[in-house]
Amino acid sequence: MDNVSALLGGFADVITPMNLLIALLGVIVGTAVGVLPGIGPAMTVALLLPITYGLPVEQSLILFGGIFYGGMYGGSTTSILLNTPGESSSVVTALEGNKMAKSGRAAQALATSAIGSFVAGTIATAAIVFVMPQIVDFAITLGSPEFLAIILVAFVGTAAILGSSRVRGFAALLMGLALGLVGTDFVTGQQRLTFGSPFLADNIDVVVVAVGIFAVGEALWVAAHLRRKAATVIPVGRPWMSKEDWRRSWKPWLRGTALGFPFGAIPAGGAEIPTFLSYLAERKLTKHPEEFGKGAIEGVAGPEAANNASAAGTMVPLLALGLPTNATAAIILLAFMSYGIEPGPLLLTKEPDLVWMLIASLFIGNFFLLVLNLPLAPTWAKLLRIPRPYLYAGILFFASMGAYAVQGQPFDLYLLLLLGFLGFAMRRFGLPVLPLIVGTILGPLFERHLRRSLQTTGGDISGLVGGPVAWVCYAFIAVVLLWPLVARVLGRRGDRGDDHHDGDGHSPSTPGATLAQYTAAEGPAS
Amino acid sequence: MSTEATPAGAPSSTTPRATGRVRDRAQFGMCAALALAGVVVIADASRIGHVTTSNDPVGPRAMPFVVGVLLIVVAVLYALDVARGGVGEAEAGEDVELAQPSDWRTVGLLAAAFALNAVLIEPLGWVISGALLFFLSAFALGNRHHVRGLAIGIVMSLATFYAFAIGLGVNLPAGILQGIL
Repeated sequence: MDNVSALLGGFADVITPMNLLIALLGVIVGTAVGVLPGIGPAMTVALLLPITYGLPVEQSLILFGGIFYGGMYGGSTTSILLNTPGESSSVVTALEGNKMAKSGRAAQALATSAIGSFVAGTIATAAIVFVMPQIVDFAITLGSPEFLAIILVAFVGTAAILGSSRVRGFAALLMGLALGLVGTDFVTGQQRLTFGSPFLADNIDVVVVAVGIFAVGEALWVAAHLRRKAATVIPVGRPWMSKEDWRRSWKPWLRGTALGFPFGAIPAGGAEIPTFLSYLAERKLTKHPEEFGKGAIEGVAGPEAANNASAAGTMVPLLALGLPTNATAAIILLAFMSYGIEPGPLLLTKEPDLVWMLIASLFIGNFFLLVLNLPLAPTWAKLLRIPRPYLYAGILFFASMGAYAVQGQPFDLYLLLLLGFLGFAMRRFGLPVLPLIVGTILGPLFERHLRRSLQTTGGDISGLVGGPVAWVCYAFIAVVLLWPLVARVLGRRGDRGDDHHDGDGHSPSTPGATLAQYTAAEGPAS
Repeated sequence: MSTEATPAGAPSSTTPRATGRVRDRAQFGMCAALALAGVVVIADASRIGHVTTSNDPVGPRAMPFVVGVLLIVVAVLYALDVARGGVGEAEAGEDVELAQPSDWRTVGLLAAAFALNAVLIEPLGWVISGALLFFLSAFALGNRHHVRGLAIGIVMSLATFYAFAIGLGVNLPAGILQGIL
């Protein structure tokens, strides 16, 4: 049990008063911003990246780990009490959670989501301990051609699977790749897309891209559509659950965890699909089908556990392969890079203490969350009443401070504003943000592996073929890319008239759309 | 997608279906921007000298060429999707009400406040420019408690200035307040 002893070593590193304090701070900040409308965990970590200039690497990772888990919890509070989920992964929680809150069971909804998050987080983090080193052992044998293929899977996965429209996903990805090209070529020193500007020759800092797209873009977008009448917040007391609630919750927690973790761990998973699957499963298995649609506790317990388990699962590709599969993981990857630590399969060999400490801090953060959130829920709910002008002015304030602190150049602030408008346009036209960030971060890495693979064969294409891992990846990509065609053929054969219109732009497998179809088909019958 | 209903629960409005009729014509602007970006990337790449060595058979031109061509291809596919009636769902959120038309005045004021901060941050220093940024942004977003807005802005910019200088060892510009702060 090497892993366990390594993990215990990680715990020993975290349990110092200073580190515990930072972990506590992380979960408090994470929960607070998760609750605050308009700010998600990804934006928070992006805004806090400047901290990495002053804090030692251990402490900033502890902080970010806490924010990561805290933000996830805070988001569900918002969707239960406000019924306007900020993140796509809490859409399903809002379905039953808000109904529960409206019928006076807000305390139970919050409790099952907090305890379920704790259970799922703990089990899933334990799963990281056992799964991640296995993947590292395997990944360490892979060469550049295989890595090239894995990065391509991440590209295609984030662009084509996660969003609701494939063509829009690819558009976002390519914009990210183009942004990643800007700067000086690392081999030849040629300047690309710098237009003679010395500020661009240094490459665009990904922190500026992340803050611009997430923070400034969001603030401008909300400003253009600010709700004039504040949404009603359902008041809540201290969360608690009756024996009956416990009895109805524990199985959905475990099932949600089992669904969520694997989806988070594959490089194209995300939290939308498992939360949705968990909702469907609970709806099928429940002994109280009449309550579904009116506030069934199983419909909150399952998806919330799935959401948290999937968040923990994203740590596996992040730590084992250096691949980010959600926005927050992408920013944590940036934090690694800003310390000059190269993420990838060698991370665990080169920085074992750091990796195990991060995992240990996830356990501790998860525990803090449970202890904090049950008594503090009414306080968090008050955050939902913060005056919106101050909230969004504050986001712009911290965004410009963070971007300026990167290099100390006003140029970056103009760039930030430009990227903010790009983020605005993306939100306006329904282009997903994650592929752009993934493209910006992984684009340069992709090019490096591409040139390294072809270097060994002197430019011959055969250098790209690689081993079985690469073949599996390319087969996966082919299936994903050809899926609309396949679906159309199947649809025609199955003679389901209404499926013919699912054009290239709209993958029929998105959770929101499928759920809508599901409720449309089953709703009247049940 | 309407924000009033449960985002995923309303069966009627969630799935944009291709109806063969162009909805939301402004999307073509996004397609044009993508195609333009593709052209710029290709033009820039062809400007680069064709350097390949045995050490680097791919060279610095290949990747931009591929990205540029794909940008143009995606722009065309995107335009086709729009022409067939495809619509991207505008992003919903807690504070977003999509039923109203865009409030360009607020966006413009915010952008102006943001740019003003970029202009002033070095001559006047972060404490002044940051406080102004907060005050003006809050004003643009509808805050009418001017004194309170300004006070919060000053407190925040002072706090971050010292937090950066003392806590992180990063100096934000002091500007004209050099020596006083």
